[in-house]
Amino acid sequence: MTETDDIIIDTTARIFSELGDPQTLNNACDDTWQQPLWTALADSGLTRAWVPEDQGGAGAEITDGFDILVTAGRYAVAVPLAETLLAGWLLAKAGIMMPDGPLSVAMGNADNPFRINSNGSLSGTAKVVPFAGDVDHFTVLTDKGVALVKASDCNIETGVSMAGDAMSDVTFDGVTPSTVAVVPGGFGIKDLMLMGAAIRSAQMAGGLQAILDLAVDYAKERVAFGRPISKFQAVQHNLARLGGETAVAVAAAGSAADAIANAEGANAQQFDQAVFLEVAAAKIRTGEAVGDGTAIAHQTFGAIGFTSEHVLQRHTRRLWAWRDDYGSESEWAVRLGEMIATNGADELWPLLASR
Amino acid sequence: MTWPKKYGGQERSFLDRYVVTEEFRVANAPVRAHFTADRQSGPVLLKYAADEIKKDVLPRITRGECCFCIGMSEPNSGSDLFAASTKATKTDEGWRVNGTKLWTSNAHHADYMIGLFRTSPSTEENHRHGLTNFLVDITLPGISISPVHNMAGLHEFNEVVFDDCLVPNNHVLGEINGAWKQATSELAYERSGPERFLETFYILTEMVRTLGTEPDNRSAEGIGRLVAQAHTLRRMSVSVNGMLQAGMEPVLEGAIVKDMGTVWEQALPRKARDLTAFTDIGNRTNFDRLLRYAIHIAPKLTIQGGTTEVLRSIIARGLGLR
Repeated sequence: MTETDDIIIDTTARIFSELGDPQTLNNACDDTWQQPLWTALADSGLTRAWVPEDQGGAGAEITDGFDILVTAGRYAVAVPLAETLLAGWLLAKAGIMMPDGPLSVAMGNADNPFRINSNGSLSGTAKVVPFAGDVDHFTVLTDKGVALVKASDCNIETGVSMAGDAMSDVTFDGVTPSTVAVVPGGFGIKDLMLMGAAIRSAQMAGGLQAILDLAVDYAKERVAFGRPISKFQAVQHNLARLGGETAVAVAAAGSAADAIANAEGANAQQFDQAVFLEVAAAKIRTGEAVGDGTAIAHQTFGAIGFTSEHVLQRHTRRLWAWRDDYGSESEWAVRLGEMIATNGADELWPLLASR
Repeated sequence: MTWPKKYGGQERSFLDRYVVTEEFRVANAPVRAHFTADRQSGPVLLKYAADEIKKDVLPRITRGECCFCIGMSEPNSGSDLFAASTKATKTDEGWRVNGTKLWTSNAHHADYMIGLFRTSPSTEENHRHGLTNFLVDITLPGISISPVHNMAGLHEFNEVVFDDCLVPNNHVLGEINGAWKQATSELAYERSGPERFLETFYILTEMVRTLGTEPDNRSAEGIGRLVAQAHTLRRMSVSVNGMLQAGMEPVLEGAIVKDMGTVWEQALPRKARDLTAFTDIGNRTNFDRLLRYAIHIAPKLTIQGGTTEVLRSIIARGLGLR
């Protein structure tokens, strides 16, 4: 870890602990915390980490961006920071200047991408767009390249994610994008999905670290049957499993982030099989860790962790939401399994050993 | 591979050794006889043996001429290593050893044992006190070895009885009564290697072959999850070995890798059985033979070299819970 990494992580952690502390946000009776938190993140340049300096960004390394995401995950990030990072990365690839304000990415699907009509307008509906109601612009990958669309021009349903954050379907009813530009080299929706999945894996790794810390601290404080519950072997072994799952998630997400950073560093225009393995494995394994890990954390806290006023749910509900975004464990597992099967049994170990 | 050249080694890195170990495991190569000496016994000798012993024994290990077994477990001392009661008593001629070691893998092929013997009682303050490591020539008079066949019908285990066996003074390894201090750094090596998640890996390869190049969703998902899990375990194991190379002692990380890795390699044959339940295309005789063997040996994977329960207690201590 370099000094720059430390500065970026420290800056992110400081902003969140001052303006986005999960317990404080959970106690808040309105969303007036959103604007100051977003302004601090934007002013520090963190929201533009993946945009080169000559395109109005901070020009940070790919791994720096993932460090920001792990840290934001630790604080149960409830503003479109991850989405804005992803949108900035996509805009930069297309050479489009990144606008001010929060952004989100409207995903199509590989079989049915968004199309730009002959009159230059965009039609179609994007399903479950994260923070759709909270952003100023959407970036949309279309058959003619990346499109930047003003949110005020779109029809946004009201809706929330499993975590209670804004998330809804967005309809582009003949909207004319402010800019459309091609990403060179055959970049497609599969590559965008990989980046999205790697981003959510990083957030989940951070979120698991947070619930591990919370559960361990609570087990040391909470007294039952005359001693702290941390002294019961059954509780110790549950928390050891949570520690193991957290370590797995951190390793998997970190390995995927490194693979993407290497591919980007080599100016790869599309992600190859090795990156696919890394990201699929990260999304599958962090998602699985969330399933087992959140169950253990809730079990440790008992009834109090099941209340809306307790901070635990702020983390666990976001972990469940992130697990669903950009492909669930099952979806990635089917695709990874198909790739491995097509390659043939004798190519399995060489692929793993190449990493 | 990693040992000094003057003892017959190559002075290669731990990661070089890691790569070779991995390939052996994936090929299901019959390396067990020499692996104990390479992984554990040799490094102990390097650190604690007298130089004349190093010069005598280590080159023979590197030439593949001598094998080791581990004399730790006893009838009443398994996971609770520090309850060992096989006794070594100081005499004028050397140390007299009496007692029984059990579950000693490959003692019947081994030339030497590194034995953990009681040289004084444990103390109130430190129940780990009082044990000493010895290098034991297994051909010495007073040692008898009897087979204990395992449930797969194989002869790996042995019972090793010491009856007034005389071990020379210069065969003491490390501090007398202080073997417990030597344990921790070695455990990270023992626990984080590729053998801790690759022991049944051939089942995954052969399952992929059996399910064919166009699996249905259920099979594809099963393959995908298992490959994702294997890949992640490997990345963790490589990272712990990188820490060892850097001179760190990742005891907690090693325990996590062994816990997760052995639980995974143990569950793999069962999952492969589930996923191939509806497959009878092609010739699966070979797969079924391998699967039957893997299911037979699976129970031992979470017992040998530190049980799951012991490992989770170590992890809990690392989390500050104990």
